[in-house]
Amino acid sequence: MSDKILEVQDLTIDIPTPSGTLHAVQKVSIHVDRGETLCIVGESGCGKSLTSLAIMDLLPRKATRTATRLEIAGESVFDIGERRMSDIRGNRMSMIFQEPMTSLNPAYTIGDQLSEALRRHKKVSRGEARDRAVFLLEKVGITAAASRLGQYPHQLSGGLRQRVMIAMALMCGPDLIIADEPTTALDVTIQAQILHLLAELQREFNMGLILITHDLGVVARIADRVAVMYAGQIVETGTAEQIFKAPAHPYTRGLLACIPIPGQTERGAHLGAIPGIVPSLVGRMPGCHFASRCPEVRDSCNSAPIPQFQGAEPGRSVRCLLADEAAVRQPAQEGAA
Amino acid sequence: MSEIVLEARDISRSFMISQGFMRAKRPLHAVNGVNLKLHRGEVLALVGESGCGKTTLAKMLLGLLPPSAGSLELDGKPLASLSHLEVARIVQPIFQDPYSSLNPRKSIGSIITLPLQVQGDKDPASWRQRAEEIMELVGLPRRVYNNFPSQLSGGQRQRVAIARALINRPRVVICDEPTSALDVSVQSQILNLLQDLRQELGLTYLMISHNLAVVEHMATRIAVMYLGRIVEEGEAEAVYNSPRHPYTEALLGSVLTPDPSLGVPDTHLGAAYPNPLDMPSGCSFHPRCAKMMPQCAQQAPRPIPTESGHVECSLYKENEAKMRMTS
Amino acid sequence: MTDVIKTPVGGQAGSILSSGLDGVLEPSPGSLLRKRIFGHAGLMIGGGVLLIIFLMAILAPVISPGDPYDQDLSRKLIPPVWHESEKATWEHPLGTDLLGRDYMSRLFYGARISLLIGFAAMLISGVIGTTLGVLAGYFGGKVDMVVNFIITTRLSMPVVLVALAVVSLVGSSLTVVIWVLGLLIWDRFAVVMRSATQQVRGLDFVAAAQSLGCSNRRIILSEIMPNIANQLIVIATIEMAHAILLEAALSFLGLGVQPPDPGWGLMIAEAKGMIFFDAWLITIPGVALFALVLSINLLGDGMRDVTAPENRN
Repeated sequence: MSDKILEVQDLTIDIPTPSGTLHAVQKVSIHVDRGETLCIVGESGCGKSLTSLAIMDLLPRKATRTATRLEIAGESVFDIGERRMSDIRGNRMSMIFQEPMTSLNPAYTIGDQLSEALRRHKKVSRGEARDRAVFLLEKVGITAAASRLGQYPHQLSGGLRQRVMIAMALMCGPDLIIADEPTTALDVTIQAQILHLLAELQREFNMGLILITHDLGVVARIADRVAVMYAGQIVETGTAEQIFKAPAHPYTRGLLACIPIPGQTERGAHLGAIPGIVPSLVGRMPGCHFASRCPEVRDSCNSAPIPQFQGAEPGRSVRCLLADEAAVRQPAQEGAA
Repeated sequence: MSEIVLEARDISRSFMISQGFMRAKRPLHAVNGVNLKLHRGEVLALVGESGCGKTTLAKMLLGLLPPSAGSLELDGKPLASLSHLEVARIVQPIFQDPYSSLNPRKSIGSIITLPLQVQGDKDPASWRQRAEEIMELVGLPRRVYNNFPSQLSGGQRQRVAIARALINRPRVVICDEPTSALDVSVQSQILNLLQDLRQELGLTYLMISHNLAVVEHMATRIAVMYLGRIVEEGEAEAVYNSPRHPYTEALLGSVLTPDPSLGVPDTHLGAAYPNPLDMPSGCSFHPRCAKMMPQCAQQAPRPIPTESGHVECSLYKENEAKMRMTS
Repeated sequence: MTDVIKTPVGGQAGSILSSGLDGVLEPSPGSLLRKRIFGHAGLMIGGGVLLIIFLMAILAPVISPGDPYDQDLSRKLIPPVWHESEKATWEHPLGTDLLGRDYMSRLFYGARISLLIGFAAMLISGVIGTTLGVLAGYFGGKVDMVVNFIITTRLSMPVVLVALAVVSLVGSSLTVVIWVLGLLIWDRFAVVMRSATQQVRGLDFVAAAQSLGCSNRRIILSEIMPNIANQLIVIATIEMAHAILLEAALSFLGLGVQPPDPGWGLMIAEAKGMIFFDAWLITIPGVALFALVLSINLLGDGMRDVTAPENRN
């Protein structure tokens, strides 16, 4: 399929630590189509950020990355060397980080940094680069864009900086944008604006977008498809509709019960909770990673690795023994009805 | 209405901000004429964007920062007449980041008993027991008494911070974004705990937050702050169901409920971000307001009473506000 | 540009790592520290050598083969035992100096002087510098301005020249050297403690202590000091080595330890005339001084590594 911008299969990241190997990401497979938004959602330490860094080949040096397939727009980028990789990075795909202040170089003007992002990859004149910078700054909703080019990052507010980051990510017209918690450091009103902007630009430029977040509200509003990660594994995938209307994994259900929803959750009532703590990923775990916190745990959960069961619809999958039973049961019921 | 435990009357606080070498300093009006009443047993949520003065206000209420104008009363006594220790017995804070709010070099036990030490508690023999009681109350296992903060998870650390704040049984707890540094699954546990503690110990909360979903869940009253002023205040239900101020509307519209059938909302706020150093004339919200009228740029609105609080917006006249609330 | 993008990566990966281990009940900081100390080669070597020199100094009266002050020109300039010379004798394992004094005994007693001066000068400068730095960092504002002025004033004075001038004016003695050095080298303490305090002061646990009604005194002593102690120890080792070298330099110039006391710097000075004839005479105190300073620095570096492992790179 030529529409696939990114295809990752069995991505595994190991990090050596003094107490043993940390299996930070275990056999993660994701794909993104052109014009599609994939949200990777999970709590801190689940491996969602490392997954994105691995795709960009920006992992810390001591981490090792393996995968059976890692293709960007049909081209395998696995072990292609730093030179070719840095060509793809920024050109075919770019990344937006959480903290715009640390991602922009304080010593250069906005205009310099934007032009540089383009001129590093494409042979364009200074003037052309400048024109594109102004065009994109206007696109991301910055007024008086031309006059902003001479400003330094510290002269801008957090929301403006994040807009500049987005403009910078768009400079080369990438096929894929990876945004790692792009709005977590921002105020709610600005968060809504930035997300609105991202969604609009993605439609307009027909890009693939991977949004990494812990905020289920953001996921529900912006995602086409969702991958829920827990303790280094993808535990559930599906469309946003499926994940939020019919969550199949106990972890997803638990997460959804944890957040108060205005208008639905009774005011002041107890919220759902997931007791226990995330297991250590150092060393191997025999069974389900969520078993120690799962309210529906059974003996069989702890004995063998849990495979990713494919659901009835394409793209739907759950890593849970109970869901497997349900999935087997479901078509039978439909047949009976 | 029950008794008032904390009251702020027209308090302001400004800082002199240096503009750079050899340039005159300019005042930054972080808090600009705020009136606030905290009734016993209620949860007042203070919402607003970063830089709106929430944190400065909280510091003044904790007695850590004297207001440059206006007066504060705690339990009916002027705050200025109370000693630090007396204030500490009545108001206690819970901070956002449990990784920085606990001294990494101290054991959990000595962190939790610090308030007893500071207050010169007469009975050191009972400290351990009292610490264990409060630990049980906040859901911490007793065995962590001799552990250090680095050995605990984020949720457990926040429980330690809560235990420290509550061991002397204060009447008011100021929670500054108490869950926003925590994971979703831990966040709900802490919110549940705060609810339980409020009922059990008869606490009064001032919750500072930008997470409106959390605020809606916890608060009995809501105060919306914008550039140093409280622009709308009222009972939680009323503010949520019929927000009056355009800013409150925008804030509520920005809440992303996990509903995949809805897209990302457009807040119509524009990209003009507020700068407290360069306050707009008239109504400070007018450059971002979707319902701006010509007079907004000239004339600062006066507080108009509503059924349960007030709103500061030129859209409303005295009777109009009342009319809207009856409809 | 790559740099710009890469900067946050390390930090993020770090936080991922630590939060991945979040749930694990880690061993206590104390036992972790012990484990790291014994796993650190530099620290162990530095500590070991320093311990040997320390024992030499303490046990000097017991282990010295002779009297460091006992002159006997009839047995002057006996070479050390490894020298292929008929004169070399086990009675004087390191030989004797120009005045026939046992060199090993002088070396042992000299260790006392170096350690005493280094330690005492470090203590004095540490108290001055830490007090100024912590006060400036904690209170900020006007206090900070005043302290900064004092630091700049101090930094504008050349240490060796001022020390020379004072010692030649007041006259030299152990006490004078200690005080002069102590009063001169506190600047690094002040600078580092000031910025360390500023950092810790901004953390929420200090605000928590303030809202508990803690006095400034208590906050400084029991909340801030324990958190800057590791940096204090590192600076202390650096300054101790610094003081020992300065003392050696002063003695070499004849303004430090006065003969017949056996300071290492003085021994080097006394031997400088013989450098081409009896090189061991200058080598032995030179090597001892080198070993002492190196071991203190290794110890300090090691301390920094084990107490703040995240800063190692």
